[in-house]
Amino acid sequence: MSLMCKSCSKAVLNKKFNIKLNCHDDLVIALAGNPNVGKSTVFNALTGLNQHTGNWPGKTVENARGNYKHKDKKFVLVDLPGTYSLLANSVEEQVARDFICFGKPNATIVVTDATCLERNLNLVLQVMELTDKVILCVNLMDEAKRKKIKVDIKGLEKELGIPVVGTTARSGEGLQELMDQVYEIALGFQTTSPRPLVYTPDVEWKIEELTPKLVELLEGKLNPRWVALRLIEGDPTILDSIRNFLYDDKDSNAQEEVACIYEC
Amino acid sequence: MKEGYIYEKIMPLSEIDVGYTVQVLKLLTTGLQRRRMLDLGLIPGTVIEVLRKSPLADPIAYNIRGATIALRTEESRQILVRQMN
Repeated sequence: MSLMCKSCSKAVLNKKFNIKLNCHDDLVIALAGNPNVGKSTVFNALTGLNQHTGNWPGKTVENARGNYKHKDKKFVLVDLPGTYSLLANSVEEQVARDFICFGKPNATIVVTDATCLERNLNLVLQVMELTDKVILCVNLMDEAKRKKIKVDIKGLEKELGIPVVGTTARSGEGLQELMDQVYEIALGFQTTSPRPLVYTPDVEWKIEELTPKLVELLEGKLNPRWVALRLIEGDPTILDSIRNFLYDDKDSNAQEEVACIYEC
Repeated sequence: MKEGYIYEKIMPLSEIDVGYTVQVLKLLTTGLQRRRMLDLGLIPGTVIEVLRKSPLADPIAYNIRGATIALRTEESRQILVRQMN
């Protein structure tokens, strides 16, 4: 099994995240979002499982996955722990970040709460910085309606540059459209153009300085701009994760070089 | 609201009583702690309502952008705010 997968980018899923794919065509979809936005309700509605919320053992995402079929494809849905951020202050955030970073899901759904979108969009932006295969799911549309909040789905789509779907997972409303969008994005039939986040000139200048080195070192395995930002920020956990996920069995000194950049 | 009426009193969030609404002016934290606060939606301009105190008055629950979040005094002390009502 491991021999068969070695060359394939999905090997890391099996090895590090304990996700076994029945077939190489299976598409892996990550489900991210703030706590209490109904992530697990979406998860359960799509997979027909009865996953309980919370209860995160920490390092493994093995328990929170399920399958569903849409059109001709099989999807493996991975329910990530609820977080406000991907910038790794806690174990949950690190699990979520590492999965989106290194698990290389075919697409990531960010579930948000329609009644307090503002606070949820922080995570959406962070995921968009990391990958362009993002679908925004604005959940709890029924709650919003009850509170007389109108969500401008088309406007959000335009502002963010990614597909946005309004859902009420409890009743199943919008899930068909969500699955359609996931299908399109995961298979690359539709591409997104996430709104780029531009930082202050001094930060941008540093990013520009670091990026060429990182492009070389990361060999397309990670988004160099994103890694540059983490290094500038001085986040040490990203180094551990890079070591763990990218250079596991290679005696490459690339990780040390990344560490060197970090020290500078 | 009256403008320029009186010099606004700048206070740490920890000193605000239950029921009051304040606006964030500045965070005194750095590093990961600052990051955490920003992620929770605490940026200059954010309006915060003090909801209730725990029995020992630490932590205190706040309404921050639609979510109820409890902060310890050691954290809320580092958030400078001005009163709005």
